[in-house]
Amino acid sequence: MKKRIFAALMTTVTVAGLLSGCGGNNGNETDSAVEGKVINIYSWNDEFRTRLEAIYPEVEGSSEDGTITTLKDGTEIHWIINPNQDGVYQQKLDEALLNQADAAADDKVDIFLSETDYVFKYTDADADIAMPLKDLGIDPDTDLKDQYDFTKTTASDQNGVQRGSTWQCCPGLLVYRRDIAKDVFGTDDPETVGEKVKDWDTLKETAKELKEKGYFTFSSYADTFRLYGNSIDEPWVTEGETVVKVNQNIMNWISDSKEWLDAGYFNKTVKGQFNDDWNKAMSSSSSVFAFLLPAWGIDFTLKPNWDGDDGAWGVTNPPQEYNWGGSYIHAATGTDNIEHVKDIILSLTANKDNLLKISKDYLDFTNTVSGMQEVADNDEEFASDFLGGQNPYKYFAPVAENIKMAPLSSYDQGCVELIQNSFGDYFQGNIDFDRAKENFETAIRERYPDITEIQWPE
Amino acid sequence: MKSKKPKHVQSILAHIVLIILSFLCLFFFYILIVNSTRSHGDLQKGFSAIPGTYLLENLKNVANDGSFPMFRGIVNSLIVSGCSAALCTYFSSLTAYGLYAYDFKAKKVAFTFIMAILVMPTQVTAMGFLRLVTNMGMYDSLLPLIIPSIASPAIFYFMYSYLQSSLPLSLVEAARIDGSGEFMTFNRVVLPIMKPAIAVQAIFSFVGSWNNYFVPALVIQSKEKMTVPILIATLRGADYMNFDMGKIYTMITVAIIPIIIVYLILSKYIIAGVTLGGVKE
Amino acid sequence: MKKKRKSVSYAKWGYIFILPFFVCFFIFSFIPLIDTIRYSFFEYYRSGIKEIGPNFIGLENYISLLKSDMLKYAGNTLILWVIGFVPQIVVALLLANWFTDIRLKIHGKQFFKVIIYLPNLIMASAFAMLFFAMFSTNGPINSILTSVGWIKEPIDFLGSVFGTRSLVGLMNFLMWFGNTTIMLMAAIMGISPDIFEACELDGCTSSKRFFYITLPLIRPILAYTLITSIIGGLQMFDVPQILTNGQGNPDRTSMTLIMFLNSHLKSRNYGMAGALSVYLFIVSAILCFFVYKMTNGDNGDHLKKVTKKGK
Repeated sequence: MKKRIFAALMTTVTVAGLLSGCGGNNGNETDSAVEGKVINIYSWNDEFRTRLEAIYPEVEGSSEDGTITTLKDGTEIHWIINPNQDGVYQQKLDEALLNQADAAADDKVDIFLSETDYVFKYTDADADIAMPLKDLGIDPDTDLKDQYDFTKTTASDQNGVQRGSTWQCCPGLLVYRRDIAKDVFGTDDPETVGEKVKDWDTLKETAKELKEKGYFTFSSYADTFRLYGNSIDEPWVTEGETVVKVNQNIMNWISDSKEWLDAGYFNKTVKGQFNDDWNKAMSSSSSVFAFLLPAWGIDFTLKPNWDGDDGAWGVTNPPQEYNWGGSYIHAATGTDNIEHVKDIILSLTANKDNLLKISKDYLDFTNTVSGMQEVADNDEEFASDFLGGQNPYKYFAPVAENIKMAPLSSYDQGCVELIQNSFGDYFQGNIDFDRAKENFETAIRERYPDITEIQWPE
Repeated sequence: MKSKKPKHVQSILAHIVLIILSFLCLFFFYILIVNSTRSHGDLQKGFSAIPGTYLLENLKNVANDGSFPMFRGIVNSLIVSGCSAALCTYFSSLTAYGLYAYDFKAKKVAFTFIMAILVMPTQVTAMGFLRLVTNMGMYDSLLPLIIPSIASPAIFYFMYSYLQSSLPLSLVEAARIDGSGEFMTFNRVVLPIMKPAIAVQAIFSFVGSWNNYFVPALVIQSKEKMTVPILIATLRGADYMNFDMGKIYTMITVAIIPIIIVYLILSKYIIAGVTLGGVKE
Repeated sequence: MKKKRKSVSYAKWGYIFILPFFVCFFIFSFIPLIDTIRYSFFEYYRSGIKEIGPNFIGLENYISLLKSDMLKYAGNTLILWVIGFVPQIVVALLLANWFTDIRLKIHGKQFFKVIIYLPNLIMASAFAMLFFAMFSTNGPINSILTSVGWIKEPIDFLGSVFGTRSLVGLMNFLMWFGNTTIMLMAAIMGISPDIFEACELDGCTSSKRFFYITLPLIRPILAYTLITSIIGGLQMFDVPQILTNGQGNPDRTSMTLIMFLNSHLKSRNYGMAGALSVYLFIVSAILCFFVYKMTNGDNGDHLKKVTKKGK
């Protein structure tokens, strides 16, 4: 017995020794003799990779585990995927970008992706992390003229220089349960329902109606946040200042949310999104009337969570135009693959045929104004069984054209996240309004040490 | 001898308490396993105590997902945890023995020092640790997850306490008289006596290292070196691409099965070892 | 090497045996620690992608931390730890005593031991995920309670201070009581059976035996358990972090010190994180010193004894 254990110990120690032997050499295998043979792409999931592999004509093949894609000219795309969870993605990306200048040519970041909530952190002109598209040889005015304007604004720095481009555009709709609509309004016709939810005042009246029949209008205050948050007229933090200014629209969201929750228009048990309660609110046993979702939200969130038959949901106009999501492609300053990067960005975000293929295969609402108009008229190919035969693009397209993007700052992600968290306690009745304000201020100062003041309207 | 008679009332009470506690412990695992046998759609309908039939499908989804190399992750975790457990129990015993059995100038200082660092939360040094590992060229390798376990103050303290209660120094002297070298004495005489402590601590450190997320998440970059917790975290990120609760439950189940197997194998040894623990004077 | 040498000093072996530990510690903990402490005196953080500092600012980080909610988070941490630890140590002592009492005739001892240790195996993060899902307002626990008829309205466990703290406590209890039981059992079984036999012959009751023989004899292991639990408590992170999504909701009442540290690390505020680390280090050192003195008062004597024997 004793011997056996000791032998086992020794074996493991030996194995450790062997490991240390190989572990050390694994660092840099890529050879840097030939310039620009490796394109490093940073992202947080496989969304971009699957789209690139599907439509980029230069793709030759990819490794089984999906970490390397080979192009026809022998160039390799190395995918560096880190989860968004806990900010890991941005952490690793920031680390790599800070070392960009010293990194060997083939280790440099060539392309990275960002989301609307933090796109400005990377497009900031002072940081100069994402290359202006012009420097790549892309002229946004001609090459990207078919893109939706707000996506171009979002990807631009404070001087209006566009530093990123997206294939995806995420206008949101109001998605409602047809059975509830029939029960309360006597009809599930999208036009009639659309009238009932056309603006916040009308919607409040409708909410009362729904409440009388025992239905919730939305699942929670987190669902409506994006609509208010998208329409702020001043950035959270003005360029060059260190003051967080809470917009009147956000205050409206706070007072409306409190009012709605207390009135029973929201389901009090649902807190936030992407959790079990939220998922359940989308199932047949729930009594939530509607959700505010973009194209991907319908296909990847609502559909898997719905356990009834197809055709139970319908879409109509939201009370206010909004955008939810979008992955921006940026060329990293210092890339050694300018031609490839340019080609990839053009092929994936400015080629109408490619974009329509993405819409067809991956159900993204893609970034081509003319293409989306065609799709909106093409009921045959794009009508959805899940939505009872409606063609959602018909509703998405006008929303997309009317979206006004709120002015961005590099503090948006934190502000948006923290204001919802701090006031969640207030809505639930755990703390009073002033305490929630205090908590928000504390949390902001923790997240952003350089913020000196938080200003509330009035 | 009248006190030797069994105590029925207390015995029944003990059993009831044990059954309640066991129920509490198993209940959560039961829910986990049941949920892993159901599809996302089923899970939406609410909780049901009866297992579903979707386990194979969920397993297939987990296994075929190229972006989450689960099998590779389990192998990595086994390597890291196995090596860590071996290194830390062996070297902690060695250190404890060194401080317990020998007399040297720095002894008291060394002991006090280890006691002082015993309380150092690992997170405290995380920032500097990452910089160091990067400078040493060990970034994105399994080594920085294994080697530091040589210095495990908490396990050292357990070993030291155990030696205090179980190793009479007369035994060491006897070995010396028999002509045993110091290193030999440690391996042949002291280690076997410490077997129960080693078994207990091997399990603890194995589990600790298996479940560790904080450090690996900082150090590991590439997919083929990821350990299980990183993969779980990747899967659980609120990302609409991975929105299959059935798959998530299955993945958690798959992640804890190997450790349960290892534990079941070692637990027998522990119980046997513990009963051998007392040293006859 | 093997030949007998009478008046030889074995001191060098002591140094050789403890060398690997100290070399390893020096490289992987000491250097990073110094690095961390050094930065605690600097203004050094990231704003977006831009790096600010490092600029030396002396004790400013320490002062602004004292003005923040740090002490409140320390209180939270203590409360969460106590809620988990007290039942844990009581139950563990009880179980360990039962398991080692031959006269109780516990059936399926092995089975129970394996079961109660099981929760310790699961990843804290995965466990917290599971609890979050199960205790959510529309989750399995509420649906079970409602169908049994104990409650009418679903309970919002995570919406109240009491509910959230209790859940964290319950999880810590479940995860660690089996571990502690096994540890204490190992200690109790390490006591020479002769002592118990002698006590038996003297006719002492089991409660007397427990308080006068078992408890004092397992004091080193109890001290160990207490110390490791305090350290663990100070480091409490995974469970409340995942359960409350890093926010310490409601009203930041379940925000622990490490969660606070984590939020500084996350915002890349190296200076502030460094200063907080130093505070944590000092607090844990003080705590440990007290516990160590309290439970291990005879250690000095013991060392002397060892020294004598070594000569």
